[in-house]
Amino acid sequence: MSEQAVVAPKSHDQHEAHHDELGFWRKYVFSTDHKVIGIQYAVTGLLFLLFGFSLMMLMRWQLAYPGAALPLIGNLFGEARMPGGSMLPEFYNELGAMHGTIMVFLGVVPLAVGGFGNFVLPLQIGAPDMAFPKINMASYWCLFLGGMTMLGSFLVPGGAAQSGWTSYAPLSVIAGTGQTWWLVGMIFLITSSLLGAVNFLTTTIQLRAKGLTFMRFPFFVWSQFVTSFLLLLAFPPLEAAGVMQLMDRVAGTSFFLPSGLVVSGQVLANAGGGNAVLWQHLFWFLAHPEVYVLILPAMGIVAEIIANNTRKPLWGYRSMVYALIFLGFMSFIVWAHHMFMTGMGTTMAAFFQTTTMIISIPSVVILTALIVSLWGGSIRFNTPMLFAVSFLPMFGIGGLTGLPLGLNISDIPLHDTYYVIAHFHYVVAPGTIFALFAGIYYWYPKATGRKMNETLGKIHWIGSLVCMNVVFMPMFIVGLAGVSRRLFDAGSGYDFAQGTMHWNAVSSWGAWIMGLFQIPFIFNFFYSIRNGEKAEGNVWQATTIEWSAPSPPPHGNFATPPQAYRGPYEYSVPGSDKDFTPQFEA
Amino acid sequence: MDIPYTVEVRRDTGLNNGKIGIWLFLASEVMLFGALFASYILIRTGSPSWPRGDTVLDYRLATFNTIVLITSSVTMVMAWASLMRRKFGTFRIYMAATVLLGGVFLVVKYFEYSHHLHLGEYPSHSNFFAIYYTLTGLHMLHVLGGMAVNAYFWGPGAKLWDKNPTWFTNRVEHSGLFWHFVDLVWIFLFPTLYLL
Repeated sequence: MSEQAVVAPKSHDQHEAHHDELGFWRKYVFSTDHKVIGIQYAVTGLLFLLFGFSLMMLMRWQLAYPGAALPLIGNLFGEARMPGGSMLPEFYNELGAMHGTIMVFLGVVPLAVGGFGNFVLPLQIGAPDMAFPKINMASYWCLFLGGMTMLGSFLVPGGAAQSGWTSYAPLSVIAGTGQTWWLVGMIFLITSSLLGAVNFLTTTIQLRAKGLTFMRFPFFVWSQFVTSFLLLLAFPPLEAAGVMQLMDRVAGTSFFLPSGLVVSGQVLANAGGGNAVLWQHLFWFLAHPEVYVLILPAMGIVAEIIANNTRKPLWGYRSMVYALIFLGFMSFIVWAHHMFMTGMGTTMAAFFQTTTMIISIPSVVILTALIVSLWGGSIRFNTPMLFAVSFLPMFGIGGLTGLPLGLNISDIPLHDTYYVIAHFHYVVAPGTIFALFAGIYYWYPKATGRKMNETLGKIHWIGSLVCMNVVFMPMFIVGLAGVSRRLFDAGSGYDFAQGTMHWNAVSSWGAWIMGLFQIPFIFNFFYSIRNGEKAEGNVWQATTIEWSAPSPPPHGNFATPPQAYRGPYEYSVPGSDKDFTPQFEA
Repeated sequence: MDIPYTVEVRRDTGLNNGKIGIWLFLASEVMLFGALFASYILIRTGSPSWPRGDTVLDYRLATFNTIVLITSSVTMVMAWASLMRRKFGTFRIYMAATVLLGGVFLVVKYFEYSHHLHLGEYPSHSNFFAIYYTLTGLHMLHVLGGMAVNAYFWGPGAKLWDKNPTWFTNRVEHSGLFWHFVDLVWIFLFPTLYLL
């Protein structure tokens, strides 16, 4: 350690000199350094999360007070979208489709995989950079183009895509121009993921430090490894489906259009003979593994932070790893549990509900191992740990409420209701996004050399935790009452929905107040870059290899190639003079 | 800063970075074409009538193209083998042949497409032609991509040979793996579309 600390500044100077030749654009914009690309991904992801959240806050007004004019800003959206400040159904559908698309493909995945994966993974395995730095840069810029295409689609005549983030055919095929933009945007995003996945896998296999065998990987590395396999193999079928839908829309083919489809009283003049359910199969073949793409990196982050702040090894590291691999494999054969309503046969339904019940086992193994890891630890409740610990019950609620949706018989009444919305938001919002916040607070010192403010962090945490539950818990009630998730007026026209209408306003106020609680985070994020408490080196007394590099790490990361001497979580080793024994110390 | 194992092989994996990268990429390509073939099966089995390939398409042109692509795979291997034997001149000849054969494939494809378009058999004509154009079109883009990379290694990319022959040989090998994959896709496409 001490030797590196002495050597590092020198190499830092060299790197500065080297980079001055590159100039501003090559250093900060078109950089091939995994840390810069990781930060680019993370900032892009955070901005899109904020944007996607804003779309949802608009929708929540319409759901809380259907038809009422939105005060103050309602008139800014124009007569075509919100005449007199009250929202048209078409605009509501745009917001809904784009909220889902942006949150999943441009918010969470770029932050969890592109951001944390790029920044942390090479450091944790002791690599100087990614295996293919130029491909890494290309991957980010594909994401950027995809994001710009998605944003641009709001400006085309007829607005952005309106067919939900799932873009179900045939509705999506006959929809306006925005859908074409959506498809082109998705093809950019898929290319980006593909390039990223190849890079992550090659880097992990090839560039890991000497002595770092697979079973010595930090759990975060494992989670990124399995996630990359999912991205690599699950996204291409959606690309194929996207190409086919594009053909349907642009070249007039009928892949997803059945014969004799009647639209607005007219039979469509297409060849017909297509299969609308085929789109659903191809879409969910991606989108179920995608669910695990959203959750696995989060589990990886939480595992790191829990081990670090309980000052104990993770309980059941090996079973967690095996569960993770099994989970990755199983995620490819559960997709049709999203499609019980398509009229599939009982044999098919029985198969998919069985695999779905089986896949819940490894998830429970990982969650249980994380909970048991808390047992008997002398826990440090800093901001990252608070978010990480909150992840456990929140993800637990999300996971357990998913079981009735995986069973054919109970899925049928619950399908497409607010219950589904509540279920998967518990997994992704207070689940994954809390883990991502935890990760930001945890690795911020690594990226900037300074800690984020703890007080602001704790305000952010408690506000978000309370509000998340205020937003999503009522949705279970609304959903169990049978209200469909797609209704632009929250079901105010239906008798059965009347008894739960007031809960919509509760959810909405929860969401808006939660928006306010993000202000301390945003402030903290920028303020701490210059004014945070200095935190060089191993600020959390952690054991994994990324903490052997200087903070922020120079180009090339390590002055001398690090080496792994032991497993990732050797905390509180009996007989040791300190309560952590780093992987990188001989 | 140099990335380790770009040229040399990592001892415990026995591979260099590029080779793992290209195989992973090919795995994702298998999923891409696999999804399209699966869609073909689903649409065809769900369809009341489906023309046999040789009644609407010209299988003789496609047979010729199959031979062209297989030959180009052979010349691709020969190009790489020439580099392994350190014969750069022979490499240039074989690599040029590979690219030119790819060009022959495209020219034949052009006549085939224009014939069908002339007859009014657009992608919107029927689902047979929809999947025909989608599958062969996507395959054609892959042929174009492979040709571009091979042409680069024949031309400007060959400068690497003087600086680092092993690295250059590896790159040609990886490009070859992709080229063989494109060839293999065609070998599946040919009977599926033209004969069955």
